[in-house]
Amino acid sequence: MGTVQMRSFAKYLGQGIVYALIAVLLGVFADTPAYRHFDDDKAELTLSLAHSGKHVRECRRLSAAEIAALPPNMRKPVDCPRERVPVLVEVELDGQLIVREFVPPSGLFGDGPSQIYKNFVIPTGSYNLVVRLRESTRDEGFDYQREARVVIGPRQRFVIGFRAEAGGFIFGATTEPADSPADTQQLG
Amino acid sequence: MRAPTRTETHGNPTRRPAVGGGPVAFVQGRLRWGFETVEAVLDRIFGPAWNPLYQLGALGFFYYWVVAVSGIYIYIFFDTGTTEAYDSVQYLTVDQWYLGGVMRSLHRYASDGMILMMVVHMLREFALDRYRGARWFTWVTGTPILWLVFVAGITGYWMVWDQLAQYIAIASTEWLDWLGIFGEAIARNFLTPTTLDDRFFTLLTFIHIVAPLLLLLVLWIHLQRVTKPRINPKRGLAAGTFLMLVALSFVKPAVSHPPADLTVVPGVLKLDWFYLSAYPLMDTFSNGAVWAFAGVLTFMLFALPWLPPVRRPAAAVVDLNNCNGCERCANDCPYNAIIMRPRSDALPFEQEASVHASLCVGCGICAGACPTSTPFRRASELVPGIDLPDRSLRALRDEADAVAAGLAGDARVMVFGCDHAVPVGRLATDGIGTLSLPCIAAVPPSFIDYVLSRDLADGVVITGCRDGECFNRYGVAWMTARLLGERDPYLRKRVPRERIVTSWAAASDRVALEKQIETFRASLSALPKPSAPQAPQAPQAPQAMADGDGPNA
Ligand code: HEM
Repeated sequence: MGTVQMRSFAKYLGQGIVYALIAVLLGVFADTPAYRHFDDDKAELTLSLAHSGKHVRECRRLSAAEIAALPPNMRKPVDCPRERVPVLVEVELDGQLIVREFVPPSGLFGDGPSQIYKNFVIPTGSYNLVVRLRESTRDEGFDYQREARVVIGPRQRFVIGFRAEAGGFIFGATTEPADSPADTQQLG
Repeated sequence: MRAPTRTETHGNPTRRPAVGGGPVAFVQGRLRWGFETVEAVLDRIFGPAWNPLYQLGALGFFYYWVVAVSGIYIYIFFDTGTTEAYDSVQYLTVDQWYLGGVMRSLHRYASDGMILMMVVHMLREFALDRYRGARWFTWVTGTPILWLVFVAGITGYWMVWDQLAQYIAIASTEWLDWLGIFGEAIARNFLTPTTLDDRFFTLLTFIHIVAPLLLLLVLWIHLQRVTKPRINPKRGLAAGTFLMLVALSFVKPAVSHPPADLTVVPGVLKLDWFYLSAYPLMDTFSNGAVWAFAGVLTFMLFALPWLPPVRRPAAAVVDLNNCNGCERCANDCPYNAIIMRPRSDALPFEQEASVHASLCVGCGICAGACPTSTPFRRASELVPGIDLPDRSLRALRDEADAVAAGLAGDARVMVFGCDHAVPVGRLATDGIGTLSLPCIAAVPPSFIDYVLSRDLADGVVITGCRDGECFNRYGVAWMTARLLGERDPYLRKRVPRERIVTSWAAASDRVALEKQIETFRASLSALPKPSAPQAPQAPQAPQAMADGDGPNA
């Protein structure tokens, strides 16, 4: 019934052993076994962008009559739609299309930026990388395109970003686009 | 030999919680057996008072305070910022290893200890079936504690901003982004070193401080329905635990991984499996699957108290005609279910007891405490001031009379048992009659007097849960104190102590209890037959009652 107790030396020794066992449990599982999250012969390609497509149609100048018809506090010379077109994004690796996605605008009224975030695990090595983006109402072609020969090292995190102000696509941490002859950034 | 069915309704072993059908009951039974086995070993090593398994919640609190104090120390030196954070932690670990490093290690290992205590505590409450009925509240309020502890731990690892933190940052934000409730994906904060923002670290630090504070609040709520919760471990256990943590901190100081570098994916990581076990799952399965897993698990935990078989014993009922407002029931109730309020009838007493039915677990400790619960009352009906409708004292007395009528021999023993300890029904023989109650403290001490003075048996065995692990929290303690004359209602002095034995035994201790009863019966046979009516006897401590285990308070 458990309450038969040992003599005090044996008791304290026993307690020491129990504490040691708990310490081992805590000490070991606090960092062991080590976990391999990512292999050394692989790399990660991350596509992450948030970009607003163009409005679904052009702003239209209102005629004088139309302006007059509006309530006085809401009169404005142009009528602009809120909704934006989905942004089309493509990523091509050595001629193989790995992403082709029409990314819808965010927001309740479809007026926010289109957002995409995707990870790919790829073998290390040299690749011909082409990325394209369409932000307008056009049916064909792209508004931005960047193509580069990239060498991706072990466990490298290669991020494809996009900032229109910086001229378009951004590779890795760099913000200057097109920094080598093999790397061409085009505006469509 | 007499058939063991003699104990009729009260001794039915199938009423024991862990016994019954269904997978839940099966798992419970196995777990319970496991706990009882380990507890028996620890009882011998630590004694019931220091047995860590009997105070897991209190140990959880103790670890919490170690984490809090060490955390305050680390925070004094901690800088928020993408490079400053790592450097400041390195300073503590390397330059100030003798104090800052120890504090950091204590902070880590006590946090791990909290997970360990919390999980074992939860499993134990589950194994002992202490989560249903009126206890649902304590169980359900335990569930958010799990989440809060994990949030606190994970943000803690994140703040260091080493490669492990980087891994956690990206995996956690991608996991959160799966929900699609954040305007812009928060994982985008961790794309490149240039997108990293110091303000994010300020936010993290804020969460890391607020989560434990919230945890304290939820813990306070967690304990609202238990009377006198044990929130501090016994000093010896606390000292041992603290020494263990300090020793571990010197032997294996907590260290960081190399600093985070967002242009490189971390390869091999030394995960803290206590906090970060879910992360490899996110790598293997989709984030959605891990959300589903976490959601289902949380929901199951919440729902567990209401899964069949639903057991909800009827709440205790006050009989005002017999209640003089003495407060003993309210003082003994382990679940805050009885309050004293101003008298609502014309009787000349100031107060009356009132039962909050939704808080009552139906243990009957109140009936055992009521001074009117005396089986000697024949003139008036045996209706105590407070009683269990399912197992009234009157029925208990009738049952005791019936069981006694069937006993034979010169060492007749009446065993009072507990539904949650050894199923006493199986002990019944010609010379042994058994009665089982929801808690051993539901037996009013006057019942023992009754059995012996009316010669219903030659000896009485009082057996309930192991000391320190009473299913109803205070049953063993109150019963012991009543027998020792330290707590009302006392066992009368005239009751011959050598004819009583107490035994605190878990369900798995049946064989040992059987042996103890045999020894006791042998000692009874050797005693001279008492002459009726009885002469008053000198009181003795219950430990001296017989050669069995005495209660170790
Ligand atoms: C750090 C985390 C936790 C701490 C510090 C803690 C602490 C405590 C304490 C001090 C008690 C009272 C023990 C007593 O005096 O009898 C208790 C009871 C209880 N705890 Fe926790 N607890 C924690 C987490 C949990 C969790 C996660 C669950 C389950 C989901 C849980 C379920 C219970 C139950 C069911 C009881 C009531 C037992 C009864 O009714 O007798 N606890 N806890």
